[in-house]
Amino acid sequence: MPPRFLPERDRDIWRDALAMSIGICIVGVSFGALATSAGLPWWIPVAMSFLTFAATSQFAMLAVVTAGGGVLAGLAAGVLVHLRHTPYGLAVGNLYWDKWWTRILGTFMLIDQSTAFALAAGDDRRRAKAAYWITSSIMFVAWNVGTVVGVLAGGFIPDPDVFGLDAAFPALLLALVMPALKDRDTLLAALVGAAIAAATAPFLPTGVPVLLALAGLLATWPRRKPKEDAA
Amino acid sequence: MTMTAVLALAVGVFLVRLAGPLMRSRINVSERTETLMKRGAIVVLAALVITGALFADGGFAGWALPAGVLVGGLLAWRRAPILVVVIAAAATTALLRLAGIA
Repeated sequence: MPPRFLPERDRDIWRDALAMSIGICIVGVSFGALATSAGLPWWIPVAMSFLTFAATSQFAMLAVVTAGGGVLAGLAAGVLVHLRHTPYGLAVGNLYWDKWWTRILGTFMLIDQSTAFALAAGDDRRRAKAAYWITSSIMFVAWNVGTVVGVLAGGFIPDPDVFGLDAAFPALLLALVMPALKDRDTLLAALVGAAIAAATAPFLPTGVPVLLALAGLLATWPRRKPKEDAA
Repeated sequence: MTMTAVLALAVGVFLVRLAGPLMRSRINVSERTETLMKRGAIVVLAALVITGALFADGGFAGWALPAGVLVGGLLAWRRAPILVVVIAAAATTALLRLAGIA
């Protein structure tokens, strides 16, 4: 039986997003703990999570800086792994492109999960909008609460891998993209793209292979729908 | 790392997020373009699934991780609820690791 405290409408989205938030929160704890154990003052990871809201970018920058790579190289790594959000914005940007403040807030809230949940809603624009805002707001709270807890935990660094959380994230995305893969062209593009990403990932910096995957679109580009051919 | 560096990352990340909708608003989005852009995002997410399932820290992640994602994928294909998919994937990977399989 679904929990009663959740709204009637889009209850499944609320429930899924709330459940996901536990995982994000634990990853946030490990980010906060890692940053403070690297000798950073507490306000740096806290401000980073609050202002950036991009887990992979934050981890990437932290890794480079703590390895002694310097702030500029850290920034470059952080922005590089984030570039996948430009195609995300192209795909779902119309969902929040209304008033000036929804544009700013929606842009800030663009993450893997909000994109995937919105796309999984298909052609139902109202549901896609709801999915976008519900998932990104819940993730934002979870990510920041996690970071603060991690900072306070002082030195105790939980390893999200022990709980298999590194499998939870790809599995979630896979479940969310699966309905779209029923479309043959999308499936073909995704398979070619995934092959490109997997083949190049061992050699290229993180963030680049998933962008190269976009070349998978070329596999379907010149093909037209039979209707257009007939015309 | 200083507050300036934190702000720089925040701005950089925001601009990357802004680029998509800005480009969108500059063009007349036809139905075909709309399909293509949505497909592009799906392709990126699918690639993220594969790289996330196979690689960690620049090398092969070991068998426990892809096995968990595979279990999740099969359940998703059988139309299991998302919650079941995610918990099964995490549990599979965690248990395999507990059993000593990396």
